[in-house]
Amino acid sequence: MYRYDEFDERFVRERVAQFRAQVTRRLEGSLTEDEFKPLRLKNGVYLQLHAYMLRIAIPYGTLNSRQLRQLAVIADKYDRGYGHFTTRQNIQFNWPKLRDIPDILELLADVEMHCIQTSGNCIRNVTSDHFAGAAADEIEDPRPTAELIRQWSSLHPEFDYLPRKFKIAVTGADHDRAATKAHDIGLRVQRHPDTHEIGYEVMVGGGLGRTPMIGKVVREFLPKKDLLAYLEAIMRVYNLEGRRDNKYKARVKILVHEIGAEEFTRRVEAEFARLDGASVNADPEEVARIAAYFAPPAFQTLPARSTKLEAYKAMNPAFARFVENNVTAHRAPGYAAVTVSLKEIGAAPGDITSDQLRAAADLTERFSFDEARISHHQNLVLPHVRQDDLFALWQALGAAGLATANVGLITDIIACPGLDYCALATARSIPIAQAIAKRFADEKRQALIGALGIKISGCINACGHHHVGHIGILGLEKNGVENYQITLGGDATEKAALGERLGPGIDGEDVPEAIERIVAVYLAERREGEVFIDAVRRLGLGPFKAAFQTLTGQEARHAAA
Amino acid sequence: MAVPKRPPLPLILLANDLLDGDVVFRTASGGWTRDPADALIARDEATADRLESEAAATMRNNEVVDAYVVDVSVGADGAPTPNHFRERFKTLGPSNRPDLGKQAEFARRSPHVPL
Ligand code: HEM
Ligand code: SF4
Repeated sequence: MYRYDEFDERFVRERVAQFRAQVTRRLEGSLTEDEFKPLRLKNGVYLQLHAYMLRIAIPYGTLNSRQLRQLAVIADKYDRGYGHFTTRQNIQFNWPKLRDIPDILELLADVEMHCIQTSGNCIRNVTSDHFAGAAADEIEDPRPTAELIRQWSSLHPEFDYLPRKFKIAVTGADHDRAATKAHDIGLRVQRHPDTHEIGYEVMVGGGLGRTPMIGKVVREFLPKKDLLAYLEAIMRVYNLEGRRDNKYKARVKILVHEIGAEEFTRRVEAEFARLDGASVNADPEEVARIAAYFAPPAFQTLPARSTKLEAYKAMNPAFARFVENNVTAHRAPGYAAVTVSLKEIGAAPGDITSDQLRAAADLTERFSFDEARISHHQNLVLPHVRQDDLFALWQALGAAGLATANVGLITDIIACPGLDYCALATARSIPIAQAIAKRFADEKRQALIGALGIKISGCINACGHHHVGHIGILGLEKNGVENYQITLGGDATEKAALGERLGPGIDGEDVPEAIERIVAVYLAERREGEVFIDAVRRLGLGPFKAAFQTLTGQEARHAAA
Repeated sequence: MAVPKRPPLPLILLANDLLDGDVVFRTASGGWTRDPADALIARDEATADRLESEAAATMRNNEVVDAYVVDVSVGADGAPTPNHFRERFKTLGPSNRPDLGKQAEFARRSPHVPL
């Protein structure tokens, strides 16, 4: 794992000291809220509905046990005993007091963590595949690339005041688990078809929110050594030409859309040709130094298939179900990546208690080479577990209330904080997720339905990624009550697609029934082995719309018209 | 910039405390309370004017942030409930965590709008 060097350490400490002084001046009254707000946002401090909120960066979602334990300490000492993992591999605390935040930042600095660039119009936390370094289908671990970008983009003076926030995601596998096409820049590690050299496919202009867009490929193959110069060229074009006149048109996706991907590419390539690449690109020695931090742990030589695992599975159906849903193939024989669901039926998606953080820390240390990950699905991952240990791990997870076997299923719902916490929300998200999970709680039924991703946002900002949910739910306000729009057919992977609306918005209490009817169409129409999203692609929206409209009464009205 | 229209009477003034971030309500004595039941309810334009000017003044002198008035309904117990669901949440707490926020602290509050 990456370790801070002395420079990083000193910088983070200085930043904490600066923020402490700023908070002091704010509390003394020498800084107004207008003056203080940009300063607090630069340190991840938001004001929510009920309290301040602190967003902590977890670069590319990688954490160790010390960090998990420190988060538990913060949750207990300064918050209400829990935290919330977000859809961008961050963690948020919902109840910190402003006067305590400098102390919290100090505790974070003790474990090489901080809140820098988790807010504001800068390059945000770089996200990545949560199975990085573990996935069987991986070409290269994407984290050295993500770390290189983190170092380059941290406090980059030229990109500290962009037209709008900027999000970069990197994947190193063919199957995109990092939603790269929904990011301002998405990078996909790949091998050149002829030379087999490693490089990147570069996509720009993806993003969700008010105007959702899928990223466009601007470079099919970028040699690895040119990465930073090319990113710098993209950032320059955006920084100069991105729209600062209108906040809603300021993301790079709008620029790409307005001038067209071809013209955007032309300008980037022209800038790339003009700038002095050698002065921007990372020194190969530095690249090697960073890569060394991500060297695979010392895996044992094990048989590919664990007889112990097979025996436990045969004996224990609940464990077999857990393995079926929560365990992913690993690149090292005899190992597996385990997803720990934070979607217990009835829980708030992504919430984790301090006790669970400590339990996760212990298990990370004991079973996963002291490495854990946060996924953008708001789950926790233990990436490197021996198959022989899976049963013991499962038992220990069960004791901590962390053994819910629903990863990728209909109750593994992504939901933003919504109106239960967020000052920008137009409706609640969490109770909708809870109501759907309860409706579909039956494990046999979940298994029957299979892979199906529901994503819920509490406003058009789309933090819950509803546009790319197989089923997306957007909470709005209509005539003074919460109202929910349902979309269908979204996809966040390499086959990225935006969902389309099924019909008019519905009341919150009708949402579980609407999902029920959508699922019923799928179960009736699916072919052998066909997952939900593939069935939606084949069938089109028609039959689902018809079923949805039986709920909203639109059918009757259309028939009468 | 156009001045936003004031909501109809009766109304209360709420804000977030600068230090804690906690939601607070303006009282008759010109202080702040964390219990919505103790909020001053403006039933006439003069009191509403007073609350609005206090909103501006207390933000200026850094007591609170995000202070604004909201229209309420007054229950049989005399306690105000904001008419808009967003501010109802501010007077209660997260609906998925009845153990947290004002709903836990001041247990007499009316429950959340059910889903
Ligand atoms: C009140 C406090 C806020 C809360 C609780 C909140 C919550 C979140 C969460 C959980 C995410 C996903 C995660 C992440 O970055 O880790 C997110 C991203 C996002 N936030 Fe917020 N946020 C807040 C403030 C804001 C503000 C001030 C804006 C700007 C108007 C905003 C707009 C968005 C958008 C557009 C995304 C991501 C969508 C995308 O482009 O992919 N949020 N927010
Ligand atoms: S989508 Fe809206 S409601 Fe949900 S967290 Fe983002 S800003 Fe808040």
